[in-house]
Amino acid sequence: MRSDGKHRAPFALKAAAGLGLAFMHLPIALIFVYAFTTEDKSYQWPPPGFTLKWLEVTWNRPDVWEALKLSLQVATISTVIAMVLGTLCAAAVSRTKFFGRETISLLVILPIALPGIITGIALRSAFSIAEIPFSFWTIILGHATFCVVVVYNNAVARFRRTSGSLVEASMDLGANSFQTFRHVILPNIGTALLAGGMLAFALSFDEVIVTTFTAGQQSTLPIWMLEELVRPRQRPVTNVVAMVVVLVTVLPILAAYYLTRDGDQVAGSGK
Amino acid sequence: MTAASPVTETAQGTAILPGQGGWTGSLSDTFWRNPKLLLILMLTPPVLWLGIIYLGSLFALLAQSFFSIDEFSGMVQYELTLKTYGELFRPANLDIIIRTVSMAAIVTVAAACVAFPIAYFAARYARGKWKAVFYIGVMLPLWSSYLVKVYAWKLILAKEGILTWIFAKLHLTWLLEAWLAIPIIGGYSLSVSYTGTFLVFLYVWLPFMVLPVQAALERVPGSYIEASGDLGATPGQTFRHVIFPLALPGIVAGSIFTFSLTLGDYIIPQIVGSSRLFIGQAVYAQQGTAGNIPLAAAFTVVPIVIMGFYLWGAKRMGAFDAI
Repeated sequence: MRSDGKHRAPFALKAAAGLGLAFMHLPIALIFVYAFTTEDKSYQWPPPGFTLKWLEVTWNRPDVWEALKLSLQVATISTVIAMVLGTLCAAAVSRTKFFGRETISLLVILPIALPGIITGIALRSAFSIAEIPFSFWTIILGHATFCVVVVYNNAVARFRRTSGSLVEASMDLGANSFQTFRHVILPNIGTALLAGGMLAFALSFDEVIVTTFTAGQQSTLPIWMLEELVRPRQRPVTNVVAMVVVLVTVLPILAAYYLTRDGDQVAGSGK
Repeated sequence: MTAASPVTETAQGTAILPGQGGWTGSLSDTFWRNPKLLLILMLTPPVLWLGIIYLGSLFALLAQSFFSIDEFSGMVQYELTLKTYGELFRPANLDIIIRTVSMAAIVTVAAACVAFPIAYFAARYARGKWKAVFYIGVMLPLWSSYLVKVYAWKLILAKEGILTWIFAKLHLTWLLEAWLAIPIIGGYSLSVSYTGTFLVFLYVWLPFMVLPVQAALERVPGSYIEASGDLGATPGQTFRHVIFPLALPGIVAGSIFTFSLTLGDYIIPQIVGSSRLFIGQAVYAQQGTAGNIPLAAAFTVVPIVIMGFYLWGAKRMGAFDAI
């Protein structure tokens, strides 16, 4: 551990911090071991042996593929909607001061601040009142709503660091609003938007609580997993799916980190 | 729009620049003259979306909590009444509320204790590469799949799982069995006990505590700690009288997440834990199998009210600056 000489961490603190980090990571690491176990009836540890068989079994499962496909579609469309709405909102809130500005920020943050079950059941009862049948689009309605905040937080942070004089200079030099947006604003906020979009994607891809209320008979990958968790039927396949989900969510998170790491604002601080 | 722009262009636009051609140019000029118009155009889509879809649903739900259900027919009666709220105070329902709030409180305290050393080390001692390691080390568990995390704990806590194995290797099986024999917190195995539920809650919400505490600690100037030491305080006294009070808003900010998330969760106690219900499960059961939407709605008001008071208290402690 590197430290600058005069500030050396006490051993107890180092140990507590290290153990804390280990506590946060070992359970996830365990998933990777179980994906290759030969045991298929219980969660026996240590695994009696290792095999690649379950990767193949999972690969040939149409229900897993369908759930994965649905999850990817939902996450993609929700992310696009959230990026448009979140960016518009962030631009409005950070560019000008107006009456009700605080209320707007609160409105954006509320869907993630209140427990997911409240959002879920509220949407479900609204759908039943309005007699909207559950479909692909009801899932999207729910997901886009709570994804806006992630894009918004990233965009607001970047807008705050982008000086307003850049925009004024561009206008003074004769560019109109659209040219300014295209050539000055977009390059400045681009990486923040991309990072926000990736986090929104990860959030939507993983969401289960709201989805259980807004999906009818369809299952996204998290819903598929939840059913397996409540009533385990095919543990080895679940193990493999869990591993794939970890890999699919980790990559956008790392990418989002590298896109925003020089910023003073933390990319994921909005969740 | 197009009819009005030539007039205004000659009036003031030409003094600086000639008006721009094309519809994009004139639209752009209109925005420049009427910043409010642009603001309204930018705000309308998100506000409509969130206002109609989210707030609309929320109010529809809350409104239903003032209806009641006919005990015989099982039909919802659309008359305003507080009867459904009265039902919350039945012993069985009150038990659920007390159980959930106590769990949320214990999880919050434990999360603060586990998160503090991590946050303190990351804020004060980690430099350069290690800073990034700690940052990603907290970020990855925060963002990785919630269900996978819960699943991992199902593997860990299972009777035949790794934890039982570790206890056996350390010749501590008697300790685990003694713990499971304790009434209330024990059970047949860890995965069907409150201890298990607590561990999973602690694990899943821990990163939400680390980040704000670290943010608060990073704002404590190093000179304060040196000054405290120079004035003769022992490290323990410095911690109690300087570091802890300054980190408190961060801890309160983190506790908003751990407390609120525990209050509303219904999946963790369903998968790891005893069969006794938490608020989230009660809501789920009432709206699903029982078909009692008014009572489900009244139940969701409980965490909203509790969090309202909590946020009000937290705001008074200055916790919002630490988020």
